[in-house]
Amino acid sequence: MKVLKSLFYTREHEWVKLEEDKAYIGVTDYAQKALGDIVFIELPEVDTEFAAGDGFGVIESVKAASDIYIPIDGKVIEINEAIVDEPGLVNENAYENWMICVEYSDKAQVEALMSAEEYKEFCISEEE
Amino acid sequence: MENVKETALFASHEKYGGKVIDFAGWALPVQYKGIIPEHEAVRTAAGLFDVSHMGEVEVIGEDAFAFVQNLVTNDISVLEDNQVMYALMCYEDGGVVDDLLVYKFSKDYFYLVVNASNVDKDFQCMVSNKGEFNITLKNISREVSEVALQGPKSQEILQKLTDTNLDEVKFFYCKRDVLISGVKCLISRTGYTGEDGFEIYSDNNNIASLWDKILEAGIEEGIMPCGLGCRDTLRFEATLPLYGNEISKDITPLEAGLGFFVKLNKERFIGKCALVKQKEEGLKRKLVGFEMKDKGIPRHGYEAAVNGEIIGFVTTGYYSPTLKKNIGLALIDAEYAEIGNCIHIIVRNKPLKAEVINKKFYNKNYKK
Repeated sequence: MKVLKSLFYTREHEWVKLEEDKAYIGVTDYAQKALGDIVFIELPEVDTEFAAGDGFGVIESVKAASDIYIPIDGKVIEINEAIVDEPGLVNENAYENWMICVEYSDKAQVEALMSAEEYKEFCISEEE
Repeated sequence: MENVKETALFASHEKYGGKVIDFAGWALPVQYKGIIPEHEAVRTAAGLFDVSHMGEVEVIGEDAFAFVQNLVTNDISVLEDNQVMYALMCYEDGGVVDDLLVYKFSKDYFYLVVNASNVDKDFQCMVSNKGEFNITLKNISREVSEVALQGPKSQEILQKLTDTNLDEVKFFYCKRDVLISGVKCLISRTGYTGEDGFEIYSDNNNIASLWDKILEAGIEEGIMPCGLGCRDTLRFEATLPLYGNEISKDITPLEAGLGFFVKLNKERFIGKCALVKQKEEGLKRKLVGFEMKDKGIPRHGYEAAVNGEIIGFVTTGYYSPTLKKNIGLALIDAEYAEIGNCIHIIVRNKPLKAEVINKKFYNKNYKK
C-alpha cells in the first residue's frame, strides 16, 4: 500500500493535495486496491459548489458503485477528464490521477484530516 | 467473517492470493488477480473455479425417473444414461424454487446439482414431494467438492492429467469414476461461463491436490484461478440466468425467457397448471437485454422506466469485459420489450437512456 507523505487523508480513503488556494482530490492506493478494476467514474460539473461531506462523484468497479466524498468545502474549478475516458488509470496510479480540483478557503478543515502516518495506521486498523 | 462455511479449498484460496468474502454464507474468493483478467483468461484460455458450495442431491430407487420427471420443468425422458440436462424446479404457482442440473446415471439413479443458497429449501421441497415415489433422497452437499475448469483450453489441460479420452465426454454428458491425476472424480462437460469446459466433482479430502495439479498442468496454456466475481460477469454475458436475479419465486421461467426448458406437453410436473395458464394468457413481463446509450452502469435492482413511469427493473447489469459496453438484463412490461425500443434506466435517481437489444450478448463457444 502506497501512502504519499505530503498529502492529507480521509477515513473514506480519499486524499487531498494543496497547491496554494487549490486542492486536488483523489482516492488512495488502498481504495483502488480494495475496489479492484475500476470501469466507470462520474465526476461533477465545473463550478459546482460542495460542502464538506458531500458526495461529489461515483467510482464503479466491475462489482459495485461507490460514492466519493469531498472532505472540505470547495468549488470545482477543474475535473480530470482523462480518468473519465480511462478509469483504469486510477488503478495504475491513484495519486497521480486526481479526480477534481477545488478552490477552498477553510484551511482548518484540511488540517483536521489525517497525515500520512495517521492514515497508514488507520488502514492497518481497518485490515484487522 | 463469522458463521461462514469453508469449502475444502479454503486454504488454497489463501495460498493463491484470493480475496475471500462471505458469499451466501460461504467464505469464497470474489477474485484473485482481478475480475477482468480472470474473465479474459476464461474467454481466451482457461480458468479454475471453486464451486464446492453448490449442492448435490442423490435420488436413488425404482421411481427415481418418475420422481425427477415430476419435480422439474424439463423432459428428462429424452436423457440417455450419463447425459446431463438443465431444468428448473417450480412452485405450484409457477415461481421458481431453483434451477439445477439433472445428471442421469441410470433410470433409478439421478444426481441433482443445485444452487448453494437454495440447498436446504430445495431438499425440503424434494422431501415434501416424495409422496408415494419409491426413492431415497440424500443431500450429500457437504461431502462433495466441486471445481469448474472453464475456457477453450480446458480439454487440453485436463487431458494431461487423465487417461480417459475426453473427446468421449460430449457437451452435456458426464462420466463417473474418471481418474484425474489419480483422484477418482465425476466429470461433466458443462459450465456456467458460455465456454467449453468441465465441472469436476470429488471428495473433500482430494480436492486441494486436484486444484494444485490442474493449475500446474495449465501454466503453459495461461490458466488462472478464478473467483466468483468473473463467474457472474461470464454467465451474464452468456445470458445464463442466476437465481435471485433473472429467476426467483416471483419470476417464472417463461417470463425469464427459459420456455425452452419448460415442457408444457409433459403429462405433469409441479407448477405446470400455472405455467400453461400464463402462456395461454400471454406474458405480461419479459426479460430483455439492453445497452446503455447514456454513460452509466446498470446494476441489479435499478428501475427501468418509460416516460417517467416504472416499467420494470434490472435483473443483472455490468460493464461487459468482453463487449466493453455497459449492458444489462431487465424484466419489463411486455409491451416495451421489442428490440430497438428506447427505455430509461434509473441510475442514482437519474433516468439514463438505454436501447432494448437482443439479449444474446455473447455467442457461446461450446464444443458440441
